[in-house]
Amino acid sequence: MNLQRLHQRAAIIQAARFFFIANTYLEVETPIRLPALIPEANILPVPSASWFLQTSPELCMKRLLAAGAPRLFQICKCFRGSERGSRHLPEFTMLEWYRLAGHYQDLMTETKDFLGDLAGRFKEEMAYDQEIISLLLLPDWQRLTVQEAFGRYAPISVDKALAADCFDEILVEHVEPHLGCDKPCFLYDYPVALGSLAKTSSINPEITERFELYIHGVELANGFSELTNPVEQKSRFIKEAERARAHGTSFGDFPEKFLIALEKIDTACGIALGMDRLVMLLTGAKDIDEVVCFAPEQL
Amino acid sequence: MYTSSDLRKGLKIEIDGEPYIITNFEFSKPGKGQSLYRCRLKNMVTGNAFDKTYRSSEKFKKAPLDERKMQFLYNQADEYHFMDTQSFEQYVIARDKLEDVIPFMVDNMEVDVLVFHDNPIGVSLPNFVNLTVTKSDPWVKGDTSGTDTKPVTVETGYELQVPPFVEEGEKIQIDTRTGTYVTRVKE
Repeated sequence: MNLQRLHQRAAIIQAARFFFIANTYLEVETPIRLPALIPEANILPVPSASWFLQTSPELCMKRLLAAGAPRLFQICKCFRGSERGSRHLPEFTMLEWYRLAGHYQDLMTETKDFLGDLAGRFKEEMAYDQEIISLLLLPDWQRLTVQEAFGRYAPISVDKALAADCFDEILVEHVEPHLGCDKPCFLYDYPVALGSLAKTSSINPEITERFELYIHGVELANGFSELTNPVEQKSRFIKEAERARAHGTSFGDFPEKFLIALEKIDTACGIALGMDRLVMLLTGAKDIDEVVCFAPEQL
Repeated sequence: MYTSSDLRKGLKIEIDGEPYIITNFEFSKPGKGQSLYRCRLKNMVTGNAFDKTYRSSEKFKKAPLDERKMQFLYNQADEYHFMDTQSFEQYVIARDKLEDVIPFMVDNMEVDVLVFHDNPIGVSLPNFVNLTVTKSDPWVKGDTSGTDTKPVTVETGYELQVPPFVEEGEKIQIDTRTGTYVTRVKE
């Protein structure tokens, strides 16, 4: 805990709210306990009685899009078991925003506008990391496809890494450390296997319209053009659920109501941004524990 | 047994029959990807280090290490002889494993020895040791030349900077972690 950082955290969250409200986004609070989650093989859900704590507010927020809300945002707690490190807490704060119409490239532009707006508010304030702030205020941000990034930094290609089942290791060891150092970097166009809820590209069926934002090697946000085809979504859920079951993980029942709601959405995009990591970057904190009131080990 | 989620800096594990200590640790999880445990491992016998990334399903053996109280007896050239103060068994440790502690270690000193499968692999000293100054230039009273410290040599042959009032034959306390002077010791 660090009281100065808590003051800064509050100021950053206020500024984020201000940006989205000013851009006609509706702030919502969706339920944190859910009977069914998105099955994701690499996420360990935390049970709460016979239900689960949310791993992300994605399901409920997309149901609100389907119900006709065109622009939504939420700042809320999410829970993912066994995730603990200098950038991970099993209970963390997520900022998610969704909108009807538009696709992932528009969302990249909007993310840049949002973070530029935020950085402008803390410019020249000594308590904030001015190096990061100048980076966020740069007029041009980098957009790099996963394929290009592997070509540039990895010892093997994306296809070879996927075939050898070492995509994550190569990404973490060889690619991520280079991303977002000179300017913020959007890594985009992920292989289909790595974009569970993202729309398949209309140009290349092997990739999804998904991106991750990196700043100084830190992965800050994950956004995509939403997959709105309920049949394709269901078949991807089944695959993910099978992979999850192989590790002995349960996500509850299938989120059927979500799949029904998807039919009512034409095009949409959405993004999840790690609020704790954003506070870390802006305040120069080296460890996530420095930007929250209490880490689990202190409770 | 440990699992990947137990991995952290300072943990000692056994790999291929050798003891390793994790000297650097980072938990990583690329978006939508799996949990990765990135470690820098240092072999506690050879000192060789390497980087390795583990997934969540891995299991690790605890390195069978124990720490025993031993007395430093004497050295013969590069062989240093120690005695376990409980079993009275004697052990020999090669000089190259003791570089950090030799400047502060005198005969009969009690030390902690890290033992792996009955082989001593390292020695740790108390944080503070008292050593006799064997060589020092006398302090000229009234010397106001401005130097705050002067060099002295202690009984192990180690040289360090001390305040000018320390004299030959006196005992001084040294912090073994930094190798610096702490205070004069009156016996």
